[in-house]
Amino acid sequence: MHSYLNTSRPPVYCPGCTHESITAGLDRAMGSLNLPADKTVMVTDIGCSGLFDTFFNVHALHGLHGRALTYATGLKLADPSLNVIVTMGDGGLGIGGAHVLAACRRNLDLTLIILNNFNFGMTGGQCSVTTPADAVAGSEFLNQAEIPVDICGIAESAGATYVARCSGLDTNLHEIVAAGINHKGFAVIETLGMCTGRYTKKNRLSPSVLQQMVEDLPPKSGLVARNQRPEYGERYRELCLQNCRYPEPVTVGHQVDFPDYHRQEIAILGSAGMRIVTAGELVCHAGLAAGMNVSMKNDYNITVLRGQSVSEIQISPRKIGYAGSTAPTVVLALSDEGVQQRKKLFATLSPGTFVLKDKSVNIPPCTAEVYEVDFKEWKIAKPDWALAALCFLATKEQAINWEMLDIALKAQFQGKIYLSALGIADKIRCAMATL
Amino acid sequence: MALSFMDGNEALARGAIAAGCNFFAGYPITPATTILSNMLKMLPPRGGVCLQGEDEIASMGYCIGASMAGKKALTATSGPGISLYSEQISFAIGGEIPLVIADVQRLGPSTGSATRGADSDIQFLQWGSTGGVPVIVLAPKDALDCYLLARHAFNYAEEFRCPVFIASNKEIGMTKESFDLESVTLPAVVERKAFSGVNYLPFAAEPDAAPPFLPIGGNTLVRQTSSTHGPDGYITNDPEVIAGSQERLRRKILDHVERITLYEEDIKPGSDTLIISYGVTVRAVADAVEILTEAGRPVSSLTLKSLWPVPEALLLEKAADFRRVVVVEMNLGQYVHEIRRVLGGGRVEFFGQMNGVLITPTQIMEVLCNA
Ligand code: SF4
Repeated sequence: MHSYLNTSRPPVYCPGCTHESITAGLDRAMGSLNLPADKTVMVTDIGCSGLFDTFFNVHALHGLHGRALTYATGLKLADPSLNVIVTMGDGGLGIGGAHVLAACRRNLDLTLIILNNFNFGMTGGQCSVTTPADAVAGSEFLNQAEIPVDICGIAESAGATYVARCSGLDTNLHEIVAAGINHKGFAVIETLGMCTGRYTKKNRLSPSVLQQMVEDLPPKSGLVARNQRPEYGERYRELCLQNCRYPEPVTVGHQVDFPDYHRQEIAILGSAGMRIVTAGELVCHAGLAAGMNVSMKNDYNITVLRGQSVSEIQISPRKIGYAGSTAPTVVLALSDEGVQQRKKLFATLSPGTFVLKDKSVNIPPCTAEVYEVDFKEWKIAKPDWALAALCFLATKEQAINWEMLDIALKAQFQGKIYLSALGIADKIRCAMATL
Repeated sequence: MALSFMDGNEALARGAIAAGCNFFAGYPITPATTILSNMLKMLPPRGGVCLQGEDEIASMGYCIGASMAGKKALTATSGPGISLYSEQISFAIGGEIPLVIADVQRLGPSTGSATRGADSDIQFLQWGSTGGVPVIVLAPKDALDCYLLARHAFNYAEEFRCPVFIASNKEIGMTKESFDLESVTLPAVVERKAFSGVNYLPFAAEPDAAPPFLPIGGNTLVRQTSSTHGPDGYITNDPEVIAGSQERLRRKILDHVERITLYEEDIKPGSDTLIISYGVTVRAVADAVEILTEAGRPVSSLTLKSLWPVPEALLLEKAADFRRVVVVEMNLGQYVHEIRRVLGGGRVEFFGQMNGVLITPTQIMEVLCNA
């Protein structure tokens, strides 16, 4: 049988270390499957188990502590033809726990061999997430206050499709590992082993004790029936085929002539849930339709349906530099929160500024021309106030006109939503006719 | 002529795809999230892979794995995510793994302000990794630049086999604007140089260059490691070998600064002041300069699009004839240290602001007029 062992770099473990037998078992497993070396990659974690990649003649990636599964995932999705084998100690298991869980949930076709020897061998025998509470480890008393994890139990409940546990000295190890590699999906194999350099110096552990530990723990012998499902990579590619329309960028051509258009700066001051950003986009689209340059800067909090929402738009025949607000030509005051966020702006407004406010909104004193409307009275729902305000602007031919706004509405809204926007436009036109 | 209308994040995503990006992994974080959501829509139809990692560390790991399999990988985050990327960034530097990292900066420190912009991470991007090795950091000023610099970033990443950062800002990433995509002149796409000889040593290279690449999964066996390694990719303690590779990691970038230097200039005859800026602040600077020049007080400006490696020769050359140099940045003084180091402190003035709002043209004019 073909061996993948790198004869020029023999293993360098402490005498009696179980890693030695796992190295041999893994080699035998790979040989029994006749894995092509150039389609096999060994991804290793940190610690003594992180030396594995140097002992084999296959592709190798040795990375950061706990992160081996992340590289393995990138490799496998980038090249689905690879056999990806990951070795990790109980240290890597602890620090990289989130990645183990993610890999179990995902079921990408990777093989994870956990070399559990109950402590951090390389750094001095400190306790790990698998150290028994009654063990003597290198972190003084700390392990006595915690309990060890059963990673196989965790892997099963996280959705792993193949979970096996055995002693690293098990004569069937190669068969268990081969079955794991052969399994199409995420396979977790936990081996229990002896760290003769550290752990067994203070704790009684022998091949038979290891075997007894395996027998005392819940048996894990491979396929997890209840978790069987399609392999992630195949499922991912299948879903991609269903999402195959490439979103082309939005472009808007010059369609309306608005002679002598002067630079406009429009501030829409509202609250989350009032579709302020949508209104901003409509204004921009309208400006683009008139052959202008536009920019839109939004200001909102991390809260989703609460807090202010402010959109500041510039429409200019020239290229736009500074995208913040300097001297608004139009202010739409639609909520107190929005106004509060920009309260300093009002003192700077010039008499030529067009301010539209709803009756319910309070604004600081200013010298601008202020139009007050009562959207409630006009039977316009709050989420439509911003759109209604744009209709008001278009009717007054402030910054935008109806031709521009209509192009924007048609482009941004379809079907029923477009019709309901037209309904709001009609309400505003009728209401304004009676003003 | 039809104008495109998109924010900087979408422009960056589109620029990356146009540069050949075929792998993305990221974790949601304001204000960078929409790069992830754009890539999720754009990559699958193009046969690419886009993942949402279980965290930032995983996202970087996915990109590293994919890049080692030969993919052109992008990730995107903001300052808190860069903190989590840090050790993976060090790996990508030491392992010479091509990657593009978009940092849509927000106001720090720490979780700071998720929806407020600042150029918070300008020193962090260079020094937030172990080993002190030079990296490449590009800074866009607007959405169009996000598109263009994504091309440059991928080209540099492939050529120099290193992580390349795009230091964007909330005020660019989430500001929508119109621009003419057809007006931009893009450099040709650069592909990773493949090894073509016999006896491949994954880290054998010219003393000032990145090693030729072969992917994991190809016919020739490849080794990658985050540990200090010799040309063969095995761990080494040999001081001479270590010194050689450390020197090469520096030289492969620093010997080629000129080619990595991207900038714009607006030199006005008769001006005695040069204003140096980068990022979104450039736009306020341009407005201020224009107003002052129209008012008969010409001011010159230099816009840096490459921040790291520091374009020292460019700074010395462009600043030579000016009595006064004013550096403006959207933080309390980060890059100004580099400029003072290169030009000497005497004539370099600084103006910065870190309060979640853009520096205005008026503020810049005040600084310029307060001579
Ligand atoms: S320290 Fe422990 S795990 Fe490491 S080689 Fe020695 S016995 Fe094995």
